[in-house]
Amino acid sequence: MKTAAEAALAQTFSQARDRLPGSGAIAAQREAAFDVFAKAGLPHRRVEEWKYTDLRALMREAKPLAAPPDAAAKARAKTAAAMLGDLEARRLVFVDGVFVPELSDIAKIEAGLRVGSLADALCAGDSALTAHLGKLAPTGDVAVALNTALMGDGAVIYAAPGATIERPLHLVFVSSEKPVATFTRSVMVVEPGARVMLIESYEGPAGSDYQVNAAIELFVGDGAHVDYVKTIGEGAEAMHVSTLAAAIGAKARFNSFTFTAGGAVVRNQLYLRFDGEDTVAGIRGATLVRGRQHADTTLMATHIARGCQSREMFKAVLDDEAHSVFQGRIVVRQGAQKTDAKMMTQALLLSERAEADNKPELEIFADDVQCGHGATAGALDDELKFYLMARGIPAAEAESLLIQAFLGEAIEGIEDAGLREALIESVAAWLKARGQKPV
Amino acid sequence: MPAVQETVDQVRRIDVDQYKYGFVTPIDSEKAPKGLSEETVRFISAKKNEPEWMLNWRLDAYRRWLTMREPKWAKVEYGPIDYQDIYYYAAPKRAPASLDEIDPEILRTYEKLGIPLREREALLGIQKPADGDAEGMDEERAENGGGYGRVAVDAVFDSVSVATTFKTELAKAGVLFMPISEAIQQHPQLVKKYLGSVVPISDNFFATLNSAVFSDGSFVYVPPGVRCPMELSTYFRINERNTGQFERTLIIADKGSYVSYLEGCTAPVRDENQLHAAVVELIALDDAEIKYSTIQNWYPGDAQGRGGVYNFVTKRGDCRGKNAKISWTQLETGSAITWKYPSCILRGDNSRGEFYSIAISNGHQQVDSGTKMLHLGKNTTSRIISKGIAAGHSNNTYRGLVTAHRRATGARNFTNCDSLLIGDKCGAHTVPYIEAKNSSTVFEHEATTSKISEDMLFYCMQRGLSEEEAVALVVNGFVKDVLQQLPMEFAVEAQKLISISLEGSVG
Repeated sequence: MKTAAEAALAQTFSQARDRLPGSGAIAAQREAAFDVFAKAGLPHRRVEEWKYTDLRALMREAKPLAAPPDAAAKARAKTAAAMLGDLEARRLVFVDGVFVPELSDIAKIEAGLRVGSLADALCAGDSALTAHLGKLAPTGDVAVALNTALMGDGAVIYAAPGATIERPLHLVFVSSEKPVATFTRSVMVVEPGARVMLIESYEGPAGSDYQVNAAIELFVGDGAHVDYVKTIGEGAEAMHVSTLAAAIGAKARFNSFTFTAGGAVVRNQLYLRFDGEDTVAGIRGATLVRGRQHADTTLMATHIARGCQSREMFKAVLDDEAHSVFQGRIVVRQGAQKTDAKMMTQALLLSERAEADNKPELEIFADDVQCGHGATAGALDDELKFYLMARGIPAAEAESLLIQAFLGEAIEGIEDAGLREALIESVAAWLKARGQKPV
Repeated sequence: MPAVQETVDQVRRIDVDQYKYGFVTPIDSEKAPKGLSEETVRFISAKKNEPEWMLNWRLDAYRRWLTMREPKWAKVEYGPIDYQDIYYYAAPKRAPASLDEIDPEILRTYEKLGIPLREREALLGIQKPADGDAEGMDEERAENGGGYGRVAVDAVFDSVSVATTFKTELAKAGVLFMPISEAIQQHPQLVKKYLGSVVPISDNFFATLNSAVFSDGSFVYVPPGVRCPMELSTYFRINERNTGQFERTLIIADKGSYVSYLEGCTAPVRDENQLHAAVVELIALDDAEIKYSTIQNWYPGDAQGRGGVYNFVTKRGDCRGKNAKISWTQLETGSAITWKYPSCILRGDNSRGEFYSIAISNGHQQVDSGTKMLHLGKNTTSRIISKGIAAGHSNNTYRGLVTAHRRATGARNFTNCDSLLIGDKCGAHTVPYIEAKNSSTVFEHEATTSKISEDMLFYCMQRGLSEEEAVALVVNGFVKDVLQQLPMEFAVEAQKLISISLEGSVG
């Protein structure tokens, strides 16, 4: 406990520990998790996993825990996630980290699906939840430890064996104007053969330096098919740290896409584990940052079972003095023969002062595998731009086209057409804002 | 794809229990008292009859070292090193005054290792490795007129340089090639100017330790515009028990000059671990070029992982002038643990850095090696080609950093690192760090498997080769690219590996 933020977090925990939901084993889990944080402190650049995102330096203060949202905050949340409005998804809305049933779409839940709030389940001592909570989230990760210690609410989702959930589920996380901290934890269990699409979106006002720490634990059963999308559109001064921890069974299909455009400091963590054989997974993401934004994506994909195929592709577009980080690690354990994993990370630097750091790692312990990685960093190709301009396309438009094409490769991996379109529009909106900037 | 049998056999031939250089030379030596203290540092400095400034430099390093902690970030595991249980200085008692007076035991040692110390014989090409293990090489030599070519050798035995050949001939060209202890006496102005200017005293734990206790190593200065008339080389041999070897090499290529330098290393088979913490500094001024090659074959420990050399080395080159070029080539087969990242500081505009590496690990060896390319000047370019082969219970990690400073406009890097696993008890890892800090950099990092396949394979298979043969041919050609960076004269180990194919590579 050296910094003011660390001390404030300790104080927050000591004041809140008795009123946080859950008792007994849950309370013990919180204490153990807080100990992990207390011993390690906030991660800094000498901690290898946080080398490029020095949280100790970036997080000057720890905000107080959010209070339950008032009517005004709820009213403003009504228009949240408008961009994804056409998906006809079942929305579960969280304002300042608290589930708001009256804004959520919880009527006529289809057969095979159960949704609820984490706070309720914790208070009720739901045994189905406690069987899963904390089983996937890595205990040594300080961001996760803080989440476990301070988790307030979140979604608990259960899809029964073989159930096909037609409507996508959309977890809408909205922050109000208060400069507060929220810690949400969600748990989703997709039983064998079930099919689900889950969207998580995060947004908040531009003028508030609120802090979000979100984590989700996702269990994908044998033969299940899960599409997972996260969009981070936090306000310009916000700090966002989120973690996805997933275990994927045999012969499953799993796609994930992380779209980062908002926030002052963003850290996306993905911990994926391939537990069953012959699963196919596509792990993709796109980051668009400008100004002095800092966006870090850290991925750990561990192949434990044999014969799985994974494709990782992460693209970043950087303008102004923005800083993007990609750390990806593919681990192939001894028994994971016939693994086929390929990771690609590419950064497009639009400004002289932007910085892109890439660290694509392979850690291989099996001898009959195909693993590869690639990384590139560079500016827009002048020749391509010239080619377009020679055909009468103005410079700014030519640049936009090339950027869209660059990101397109990753976005096209999204199977749902509606979602794909929504993200392409988000990219277009980002480019439009860029175009309006005085040159 | 698993490794093909040919590769497995080739790697087996250099497995840890096949180590051929594990003999001990029976010789009386003089040692510093065991352990490390200010007295040890003063002892070494006094032994070398060093001037005051050198002693102070060492003491400064020693005091800093006391405040430092051993680095732990590499993917290697070993028990604590007892720095007080090591002899920091060991030298043969009979100090030779000239080549003719070298202890015959030492001469025999180098003969057995295949290193010619007698100029006349080396010139005539009658020297042969006594253990006759490299049959293939003999034919090769016969074809080349039986020659090692003309290689000037500085032979470092434990803590001292025992012989340096071709000094007179090199002097005619103006090239200074001598043990660094001699250079400190004879050319203090050059040593003062350049020593520690690439790897500062407090650079890292092992480099600082080296700065305090380094005993010998080579010094090379090539004057402006001179192309060094022959290959220069240093052969490092650890012989004594419980000793550490701390050599220090300093190579300066003045404006427009060129030098090619090789180093080789071996050590006896012993149960304990021996520490080798070297520092190598290269300085290339305007338009100069340094080519540095290493064949590292320190004792790797036995099949159970007992003994072996800890090779904790700091090697760095500074392209200090415009259009300078530094190229590192390494063939790593030895050492129980390797911790080594030959780097290039690309300071001068248009300067170029290259790193070619083949690292083969067997038994319980652990390798964490790679390079750093630091682009500081404009239009600087770098290239990294790394091949790792892991077998047995070994772990083989490539760790490399490519970074372009904000003002390093037009920086370019191409990296290609592949690794191959033989068996399912070993590990091969790749940890690249790629940092682009301005938009005009172009960095590319990739794996060969994706690069070589398709077109090339199709071309070969269309001409009747099976897929495996086609892959072997293509990848083999690629490995040869790296090996060909090594000067022919010194390539005994390299020749053994030349037919290793890398199919089944993982990026």
